[in-house]
Amino acid sequence: MNNQARKGFPQGDFSWAGLPALYGPYVPAPDAKSPDRMAQHKQEQNKILGSLEEAVRLSGLRDGMTISFHHHFRNGDYVVNMVLDKLAEMGFRDLTLAASSLSAVHDSLIRHIQSGLIRRIETSGLRGRLAKAVSRGLMDIPVIFRSHGGRAYAIETGELKIDVAFLGAPSCDPSGNANGYARDGEGIFCGSLGYAKVDAAYASKVIVLTSHIVPYPNAPFGIPENDVDYIVEVDEIGDPAGIMTGATRFTQNPKELLIAKTAANVIEASGRFYNGFSLQTGTGGASLAVSRFLREKMLAKGITASFALGGITGSMVEMHEEGLIKKLLDVQSFDLRAAESLKNNHFHQQISASYYASPGNPGTAVNQLDVVVLSALEVDIAFNVNVLTGSDGVIRGAIGGHSDTAAGANIAIVTVPLIRGRIPSIVSNVGTVVTPGCTVDVVVTDQGTAVNPVRKDLIERLAAAGIPLCSIEELQRKAEAVVGKPEPIRFTDQVVGVVAYRDNRVIDVIRAVHA
Amino acid sequence: MSFTKDRLRRTMLFIPGNNPGMLRDCHIYGADCIMLDLEDSVSIYEKDAARLLVRSALQSMDYGQQDGRTEVLVRINDLKSGGLTDLEAVVPLGKTLIRLPKTETPNDVLECEAEISRLEKAAGLEVGSTGMMAAIESAEGILNARDIAKASQRLVGIALGAEDYVTDLKTTRSAEGTELLFGRSMLLHAARAAGIAAIDCVYSNVNDEEGLVAQAKLVHTLGFDGKSVINPRQIDPIHQVFTPTQKDIEKAMAVIAALKEAEQKGSGVISLGGRMVDRPVVKRALYQLELAKAMRLI
Repeated sequence: MNNQARKGFPQGDFSWAGLPALYGPYVPAPDAKSPDRMAQHKQEQNKILGSLEEAVRLSGLRDGMTISFHHHFRNGDYVVNMVLDKLAEMGFRDLTLAASSLSAVHDSLIRHIQSGLIRRIETSGLRGRLAKAVSRGLMDIPVIFRSHGGRAYAIETGELKIDVAFLGAPSCDPSGNANGYARDGEGIFCGSLGYAKVDAAYASKVIVLTSHIVPYPNAPFGIPENDVDYIVEVDEIGDPAGIMTGATRFTQNPKELLIAKTAANVIEASGRFYNGFSLQTGTGGASLAVSRFLREKMLAKGITASFALGGITGSMVEMHEEGLIKKLLDVQSFDLRAAESLKNNHFHQQISASYYASPGNPGTAVNQLDVVVLSALEVDIAFNVNVLTGSDGVIRGAIGGHSDTAAGANIAIVTVPLIRGRIPSIVSNVGTVVTPGCTVDVVVTDQGTAVNPVRKDLIERLAAAGIPLCSIEELQRKAEAVVGKPEPIRFTDQVVGVVAYRDNRVIDVIRAVHA
Repeated sequence: MSFTKDRLRRTMLFIPGNNPGMLRDCHIYGADCIMLDLEDSVSIYEKDAARLLVRSALQSMDYGQQDGRTEVLVRINDLKSGGLTDLEAVVPLGKTLIRLPKTETPNDVLECEAEISRLEKAAGLEVGSTGMMAAIESAEGILNARDIAKASQRLVGIALGAEDYVTDLKTTRSAEGTELLFGRSMLLHAARAAGIAAIDCVYSNVNDEEGLVAQAKLVHTLGFDGKSVINPRQIDPIHQVFTPTQKDIEKAMAVIAALKEAEQKGSGVISLGGRMVDRPVVKRALYQLELAKAMRLI
């Protein structure tokens, strides 16, 4: 059809109507469906490159830039080490590594830091030898620790600018639609790609590494093709055994069960246990076991939850399939059961870290939470929580969504044994403040439950339900009566870590320990 | 510390005396009684360490024995194989009852009692202030149960040790506990005749809650005060078995109300709903209310 020939056809200028000029009149392309044009489309759709090296070259990565990774493969991850070895071989220097988290499998980073490849790190946490080395002053520039929501916020606001994201994906089609599982169940499973979704959306260049190319369209996808620039097929992206196990098992530890039972009683009496309530539980022994006791209460009272959030575990999936939890919002699948459910259950939704917890997102899911059950390394009498540094001052954990969910949920419950070994968990001052006390509502230990005095409403409700309460100072005294006061840790002046609160403000610093 | 004969003993938690972590935490699970063990759960190579640990745990830990929340016992070794040293380590503290293992005759009780008296005197404690419990773990012991139970004023109860007992009987333990029928009945009657507590044996399969509950129901029906437990996870299910129903509780409260009314009136006859209430009914009601109170139901 020839528009020019039509009577009165305007010439692409609509200014008289108050519309923008657009691009002028349409001009038909004579070769629109030519075999050459079709072949070109096909080629453009295929983002698969021959090698990682080629992808790095095309990405425009230069010394001093920022690269990013996700931690959905946990301790089974091969991607970080594979990419860093390649970048070292290619002679890069002074890169900033911004991972959503790092684990013990990333010890080889020590070598790359010493060689000058990696100059700076941002992460949710550190573990293993790398964590110890950082705590002893390995790096010239302190590591920035961010919560999952805080990281998403920093990426969205440009505070953390990612130049090239290297994202491992269990399945990907030639156009770049990537996901944490494949339709027919072959290959590696990690379930949700929630953390990677933010990197994919905001990084200047995105390289997907996969061991499993599937035909277009790889739907449903965690990462859409328009977020992906290059794809590299590699033999292996991770060790299935390290990524996840069958189903996170409930603890048999009587002390953890006791804590979990008390926490479930607290939830029941909190006023937030109603038809349609929402919850998140951690994966620690006690916090995970809470869902088991809550399940009994839900069945007994005929209550169902509207949704469960966060790291999703097999136990949440079971309650979902039982009809006790209507929806699952999954930023990270913690076990195979959860990953399979993400694939099979229609109302199990994959969400990004931003949707999950970014303070820049007004409707963020954590703000919809009634109850979150968290764990802790230590809690102080101002209810501040440390989940990053151990009783020896050495980094040994990760923030995760701790401070995000505590801030968002109506009731944040921290479950912690009063004493671990010879170490009291309730102290005068935590070694590192990660989650501020003003966002923590209840601390449940095996030897008493303390409610933040600002939550007078909760104190009244719990007391009325006959739940024995004590002050947090009493818990501290109880612990010290048994194990005494530990000697203070000896730190140097060197700052090795900066803890960012979820709003990008500094909440604490971590100092180097004496070697 | 003196001891109380009449108290709840629904559960008695066994704690190996050589396990510092368990000695630190054993009081948090709500067991009525805690038994710190120096005998069978401690290997011969660790007896000294266990003795020292249990002694310092008793010195430094608040297990709740002072305010009556918990009854604490130390299971000593046989007097001839270290039991005397065990007594010397813990009796002078005045903080624990003594559980005597493998009691076969009243004389076993008396021998142990004599040593306890000697140690009490030396430590400046009131003689007779240390309570005792005797474990019966053989056919001979079961047949002597009546005399054992009455052997000393210090005895608060007798307990069945089933593993040794069934071996002695040349049988093994069954799921139903058929082999324990006579032993349990005999021990229970001996305890009741002496006016002391009867404690049932442990249920060893800690992962079989169903089996545990079935056995707990059985001994509850027989009349036992409670059961020994080897894992804190066994405490709650047993307490549940011993918990009266809401209906029982209401009935018991009505009985006690009628009793009070009769006392106010100065009447010797208690009547409830036009029917006379016997003394045993009152006694049973008081026990039911004690059980309900322990579960925070009233």
